[in-house]
Amino acid sequence: MTTMLEVADLGHTYQAKSGAHTAIDGLSFRVDAGELVCVVGPSGCGKSTLLRTISGLIRPTRGDVTLHGDAVRGVPEDLAVVFQDYSRSLFPWLSVQRNVEFPLKRTLKRAERRARAAEALDQVGLSGAGGKYPWQLSGGMQQRVAIARALAYRPALLLMDEPFASVDAQTRFELEDLLLKVKREHDTTVVVVTHDIDESVYLGDRVLVLTKSPASVVADLPVNLPAVRDQITTREAEEFVELRAEVARLLNVGKTEAITAKRRSDEAQAAKWVAAERAANRERADREAVAD
Amino acid sequence: MSGFLQRWGVFVVLVALWEAAARFAEDAYFPPPSRIAEAAAELWFSGTADTLFLTDVVFDHVVPSVQRLLIGWVIAGVVGVALGLALGRSERAMQYCGPLLTFMRSIPPPALVPVFLLIFTLGTQMQLATIVFGIVWPILLNTVDGARSVDRTKVETSAVFRVPRTQWIFGVVLPAAAPKIFAGLRVSLSLSLVLMVISELVGTDNGIGAQMLLAQREFEFPDMWAEIVLLGVLGYVFNTVLLAVEHRALAWQPKQEHAPTGTTTTPAAVATAGAK
Ligand SMILES: Nc1ncnc2c1ncn2[C@@H]1O[C@H](COP(=O)(O)OP(=O)(O)O)[C@@H](O)[C@H]1O
Ligand SMILES: [Mg+2]
Repeated sequence: MTTMLEVADLGHTYQAKSGAHTAIDGLSFRVDAGELVCVVGPSGCGKSTLLRTISGLIRPTRGDVTLHGDAVRGVPEDLAVVFQDYSRSLFPWLSVQRNVEFPLKRTLKRAERRARAAEALDQVGLSGAGGKYPWQLSGGMQQRVAIARALAYRPALLLMDEPFASVDAQTRFELEDLLLKVKREHDTTVVVVTHDIDESVYLGDRVLVLTKSPASVVADLPVNLPAVRDQITTREAEEFVELRAEVARLLNVGKTEAITAKRRSDEAQAAKWVAAERAANRERADREAVAD
Repeated sequence: MSGFLQRWGVFVVLVALWEAAARFAEDAYFPPPSRIAEAAAELWFSGTADTLFLTDVVFDHVVPSVQRLLIGWVIAGVVGVALGLALGRSERAMQYCGPLLTFMRSIPPPALVPVFLLIFTLGTQMQLATIVFGIVWPILLNTVDGARSVDRTKVETSAVFRVPRTQWIFGVVLPAAAPKIFAGLRVSLSLSLVLMVISELVGTDNGIGAQMLLAQREFEFPDMWAEIVLLGVLGYVFNTVLLAVEHRALAWQPKQEHAPTGTTTTPAAVATAGAK
């Protein structure tokens, strides 16, 4: 396997008026060609910052990013990003079809562009929506357009920033499977950033777990699930369940919080049940007293 | 259609009232609308059939005035949009030029007429300079505002796909700024009518403004009023045409968003423009 992406001791500190803020610190990992790596970390830990430095949008304050063996300075060729804020990422003045064609203008003739965009829209199940404007589509559909645009670009490395965070569960499953299919067919290297533990295990060939801010890598877990996955059987597989628990444990803070929340709600439920039972008993006792 | 009838119904009623009042008052300064209409017909539409009944006055005064106005507006539009896009996308340039811009736009354009009289030859050059200098600011400042409004995600999206410079400017910044630019263009268009008249009040006998002044000096009050009505009609027509173009150009905007740009920006902007 050739290495597609190498991140070595990467760090970034934002200089804001309110002071310096270190978003990521000493991140190192590599991604092989054709691999899908999920990066999980708590909200605000620096995941988007990591993607911005990999894509050359911001220059890291320390460390190096290497793509195909070349150091990244500025945005590299054949890299695409699906941004977290997909509704802003689409151009409202262009139709869906033209949004998808937009990045292809530089390299392709009109007819080829058309065909490529139509194909990508078809892949994401939006073949009928090419003539619409983005605002005429639901959030999930807009996100599909953003994904179609990235696919039509045929990048060697596809970066996705919480791509399915704000779509409903049904759409999320569909889009996850779509991503896996496209990745298999085009042999694209993908880095998906997410804060969803299940999603990271379901999608990934590997899962990188990040610490709280400033982010660094806590664990690099291989996912030994079959390449073709299924929303129901895969999620029931022993390996899946174990890995999910492992990731949750590594995300420590998030896990304890979740458990406390669950326990609290369990306790509340129990208390309510006990109260109701007592009230019923008392009522019965009263009724019996009257009968006597 | 009923909205149309309502709007123009009120207009017609008001004109009728004015007619009645003016006839009743018999004041030479305020001729009735029918008298003004007569004067207008005599002034502009009493020509021969081969000129579509338009008179020489139309070709010698109205057409040159309108030409100056439109040329001035186009020049201001091109300069304002080009400079505005450049300044709006450059933090540093705006830091340097911001105070200067605010200062320049604060100068009442008519105050510069004497200066332009000195610099440029009398007539068209001076008039164009007055119009352009007076109306370029709303376009420029609105374009700066619009160009700045391109959000970070769109900047990064364009960077990631390595969008070439021309596509970035014409495919992203310009459309993003377009609603603001149109608001500026509309303000400038009404302002250009004002400046066209003002620039024709000194040192020339050519143009609608000059004709109006002449009519007033010669006590031809119906003629004077006819010129005023003509200015109103011109302003109305220009604005209607521009609005139609704007609606086409901004057809991509969601409907509920479109209405506010048309109604909220203009009155405020016109108010500030009018204060100059
Ligand atoms: N442009 C910026 N300037 C200053 N601080 C920033 C900037 N962008 C992000 N940050 C800060 O860096 C931290 C990490 O942000 P981000 O990478 O967006 O996290 P995540 O994507 O994991 O939620 C946050 O605390 C955020 O407030
Ligand atoms: Mg983020």
